[in-house]
Amino acid sequence: MSTLGLAGVHVSLGGAPVLRDVSLAFAAGSVTAVVGPNGAGKTTLLSCLAGLRAPGRGAASLDGEPVLTIPSRRRARRIGYLEQSPEIAWAVDVRTLTGLGRTPYLGALGPTAEDCAAVEAAMAQAAVQDFADRSVASLSGGERGRVLIARALAGDPAWLLADEPLAGLDPGHQLDAAALFRRLAVEGRGVVVTLHDLTLAARMADRVVVLSAGAVAADGPPRQALTPEVLARVYGVEARLSEGAAGLLVEISGRLG
Amino acid sequence: MTRPLPRLLLIAGLVAAMLLLVGLSLMAGRVRVPFSAWTDTADPRWAIIFALRLPRTLLGLAVGAALGMSGAAMQGYTRNPLADPGVLGVSAMAAFGAVMTLYLGAGASQNWVTAGGAMAGALAGVAMLMALSGRASSTLTFILAGVVLNTVAAAGVSLALSLAPSPWAVSLIVNWLMGSLADRSVEDLRLAAPLIALGCGLLLLTARALDALTLGETGARSLGVNLAATRWLLAVGLALTAGASVAVTGVIGFVGLVTPHMLRPFVGARPGALLIPSAVGGAALVLAADIAVRMTPSAGEVKLGVAMAALGGPFFLVLLLSMRRRMA
Repeated sequence: MSTLGLAGVHVSLGGAPVLRDVSLAFAAGSVTAVVGPNGAGKTTLLSCLAGLRAPGRGAASLDGEPVLTIPSRRRARRIGYLEQSPEIAWAVDVRTLTGLGRTPYLGALGPTAEDCAAVEAAMAQAAVQDFADRSVASLSGGERGRVLIARALAGDPAWLLADEPLAGLDPGHQLDAAALFRRLAVEGRGVVVTLHDLTLAARMADRVVVLSAGAVAADGPPRQALTPEVLARVYGVEARLSEGAAGLLVEISGRLG
Repeated sequence: MTRPLPRLLLIAGLVAAMLLLVGLSLMAGRVRVPFSAWTDTADPRWAIIFALRLPRTLLGLAVGAALGMSGAAMQGYTRNPLADPGVLGVSAMAAFGAVMTLYLGAGASQNWVTAGGAMAGALAGVAMLMALSGRASSTLTFILAGVVLNTVAAAGVSLALSLAPSPWAVSLIVNWLMGSLADRSVEDLRLAAPLIALGCGLLLLTARALDALTLGETGARSLGVNLAATRWLLAVGLALTAGASVAVTGVIGFVGLVTPHMLRPFVGARPGALLIPSAVGGAALVLAADIAVRMTPSAGEVKLGVAMAALGGPFFLVLLLSMRRRMA
């Protein structure tokens, strides 16, 4: 089974430490939610895992191999990375944008039948095939988010690292996306997402990593990682946790201090 | 993900238009040459077609293709529809490089020295553009970097003009700066065409990366694109295409701006798919403009660079206004 992890990773940006000595190991076949306040280092953590940032100290590794030494095309086939609200520079259509996910597979002769089939399958998985021929400029924020998920799936990655993939989705499509991530995990892929919505994190993830000021403050199954004590310490809020109809319910009742 | 047939149709249509313009370009001029003279090598008018007009036509093709493709590549890389070698100062830097060789007197005797100077100037221009715009390569920083380059190059050219050793050197530089295909020889063609072909080849290698850059630099890197290699291919490719064309024809602006913009909707806005159509379209545009300046009834011939600027200025304005409306 594939593993992805960080060992002793330390990152500074402009002299300020963003990640401090973070060691985490992820196993394929599960969904992990990374939560934490703004500026806790969630995005930096994902970009280190994806091999897009070289840590000052420590290293990310995929199946025991340092991520940074894996040739970039091979790495891109194994790890799909979904940036938070990336720019889409040109008004290409949805199928073309999804097709960009096949970039690490393309040979000199351009897309093969297999590439085209993967694109159609990815669009079906993310439920965007109904507007496959529309320009991305005409999409709503939520449709755009789903198309970007389709783009990541088109590359058939063993790992999906997604930064705030549910931001801007309506509740229905949030649940659809959560169900999609669950399906990917059941298929044996590893899914690591950053989230702000703690209830959603508790509902969709097998494991929650709470980051605070660049360090891991809590790590474990949702009910162990998300406790009133941890949330008070990390977010400075008073939280009540209860059992809702569909799982753990995190209610923020007030600001502390 | 691609619908290849319409794209092939587009390219075929553009090639047909270009070939038609090649024919017209050979026919256009002050002397009317009947078709019977085209095949009769003994006819003195045969030389008008094949010794005078053909090099000019072929050079127009090569330079137009170079400018069209380099504009498409720059727009794709900067993700900015206002980019082109002229607007971003690469052509001006190439001109500065070439003017330095003319000023120093070496370029007047040897064509390849001028070409070398132009390519060195263009390469320095691209390198400075990438350094000035830095990692946060927004539309605005690229345009401002282009303003800086254009200013620096203009100042350098002015300095060379003011310090020029003779009025003859001044008129040589000024005439050449205005950009024209008139009175170019087979030697010019022989010098520029291989360099332009090589440059276009390098730019074509960036097509995949330009497509991936639709998702920004981080997106492209996460898709396995080697951005450092892309920058090198682009810089050398632009130096060859823009440098070689400026070296033989002077500065002809706006071809690289107008052509990709007009053709973008036909390729579904994919920057990589735009390269070849822009090359063919740029060749057609330069040929058409060159025919127009030859047909203009005036004492002297209107310079092609001047004509393109007259055409491109209003186009740039319209493009700017439509962008402003979209951003507002």
